[in-house]
Amino acid sequence: MTRLMCYGFLLLALVAAPWMGLYPVLGTKILCYALFACAFHLLLGYTGLASLGHAAFLGVGGYVAGYGIKAWALSPELALLAGLSVGALMGLVMGYVSIRRSGIYFTMITLALAQLVYFLCVQIPQTGGEDGLQGIDRGMLFGFINLHNDRVMYYTTLTIGVAAFLFIARVVRSPFGQALTAIKDNEPRAVSLGYHPDRYKLLVFTLSAALTGLAGALKAIGLGFVTLSDVHWMTSGHALLMTLVGGLGTLSGPVVGAVVLVTLENKIGELGALLAGVTGIGWFATLGESVMMIMGIVFVICVLAFRRGIMGELDALRRRVRTPNPAPEPQS
Amino acid sequence: MDIFGVPVQALMAQLMIGLVNGCFYAVLSLGLAVIFGMLHVINFTHGAMFMLGALLSWAGLYYFELNYWVMLFLAPLVVGVFGIVLERLFLKRIYKLDYLYGLLLTLGLTLIIEGAVRSVYGVSGKPYGPAPISGVTDLGFLMIPNYRLWVIVASLLVCAATWYTIERTRLGAYLRAATENPKLVEAFGINVPVLVSLTFGFGVALAAFAGVLAAPIMQVSALTGQTMIVIVFAVVVIGGMGSIAGTVVTGIGLGLVEALTKVYYPEASSMVMFLVMVLVLLVRPNGLFGGVE
Repeated sequence: MTRLMCYGFLLLALVAAPWMGLYPVLGTKILCYALFACAFHLLLGYTGLASLGHAAFLGVGGYVAGYGIKAWALSPELALLAGLSVGALMGLVMGYVSIRRSGIYFTMITLALAQLVYFLCVQIPQTGGEDGLQGIDRGMLFGFINLHNDRVMYYTTLTIGVAAFLFIARVVRSPFGQALTAIKDNEPRAVSLGYHPDRYKLLVFTLSAALTGLAGALKAIGLGFVTLSDVHWMTSGHALLMTLVGGLGTLSGPVVGAVVLVTLENKIGELGALLAGVTGIGWFATLGESVMMIMGIVFVICVLAFRRGIMGELDALRRRVRTPNPAPEPQS
Repeated sequence: MDIFGVPVQALMAQLMIGLVNGCFYAVLSLGLAVIFGMLHVINFTHGAMFMLGALLSWAGLYYFELNYWVMLFLAPLVVGVFGIVLERLFLKRIYKLDYLYGLLLTLGLTLIIEGAVRSVYGVSGKPYGPAPISGVTDLGFLMIPNYRLWVIVASLLVCAATWYTIERTRLGAYLRAATENPKLVEAFGINVPVLVSLTFGFGVALAAFAGVLAAPIMQVSALTGQTMIVIVFAVVVIGGMGSIAGTVVTGIGLGLVEALTKVYYPEASSMVMFLVMVLVLLVRPNGLFGGVE
């Protein structure tokens, strides 16, 4: 019951945010990354497959949606559908290749495949090369919802995001999701029970990629541009970091991680200027330019001291309050 | 004389460049494989260490007037010690955890290193100036700059020396034993944690060595490592990390394939090794040389 209340509170906060001083475009960006992180986490958290190739789905989903709107004047709903479908298709192909190996090799293969897609995006003219796609028109959703209004865009993104979140929660709790967890925990045992792990892995990879493509299309429409950095593997690293900060293996973790990290990235310049003003150390003022370094530091801290993430720590705290025995540290 | 419409001279020149690049790939993936064998960690910082090696050789020349040959020795040493410090401070804390955390930790360290270098030097490459060995050698069918010849010889020598150390010396025997069963080796009175630190230091020193070799012929910038590390990953996926010879052959082979693509279909030259990886995975999922999971 408390869990449900927590989700209700989180949703309420997200609904109220644009009226509490959150700039709706930033809100839209946060929500897109939250969807991205949730899709990524569907694969990592419940199947144990760490992909560093998800930037490819995000970027290409965005490119397809953006190009469709610019070149063929697609309506937003069709552009979103296009992003979703392209993500699914790419996921099917990349998944087919990469699930042939497991563990660290899987990660390296997804990374290499994403690099292939990156170079492809650099080469072909439709992506606009180094310039990317600019000035993507948001248009009218279903012909009557005017997305040009930033708040309407925000709430549309929120609706789609919540729907996707509920879908992921449903998948995880379904028999299919249970089988995934079984494969993650002990693959040989799942095989001996008659499951075909490869089929499950391929299906969940495709689902995850499709949702990532949707996130990319939403982001393209909401922010109005797609650039090469969306396809770059560092973006996959972003999703990984969001998942880790929020809490690996918790349903709401990726959302919380996305909120924290995107806000941090956007505000880091101001934060640096503030610190420089207070402490008088000029170096802080350059903090805005060293986002990469700060991400790295967050990574290292999370891995060494904060492996459960925000939601994981909260969960552990809740359990400690209830039972006198502390919960064991997850070693997965 | 032409081969498929390309003059032999041009083809040979490209192949030679491919051979040089292949040597870098070989040395880098060798270091990665050595580290993985011992630590079971995929060292994401490897590309950054390559970049640091190149940067150090430039900085040595620029700030302290230390010439190339001094830096060829000094830069790997400095980077190796830096690696050992990183291993002692951070990596040793995550050995008992899932492989994912090793990847995450080294990825984080990579971002810090590259971010730091970037904030000091920016993203554009540093010109090294003239190569330390000048002149060209006429091999009859092709004129080859002496420096590139030296890079090839030096890389192959280092690979051979690494192979010899691991397969034929007592230290190598300890290493192989510790890879197999660290507890038992420790029971025989060998300090395995020190062995692990040294392995990591040696692996990243190899990367730095390749970096110094590359400095005069590649414009190495803060972000070079990012491109390099992904290529090296593809190399180890294709070759498997089980055998040293396999890794070296794969690295050089891929350099040559890349060069051939540059001649016949330049648009695909940056993608071809990933396509090769896909092909290999479809035909032989465990890599060309078996590979130990």
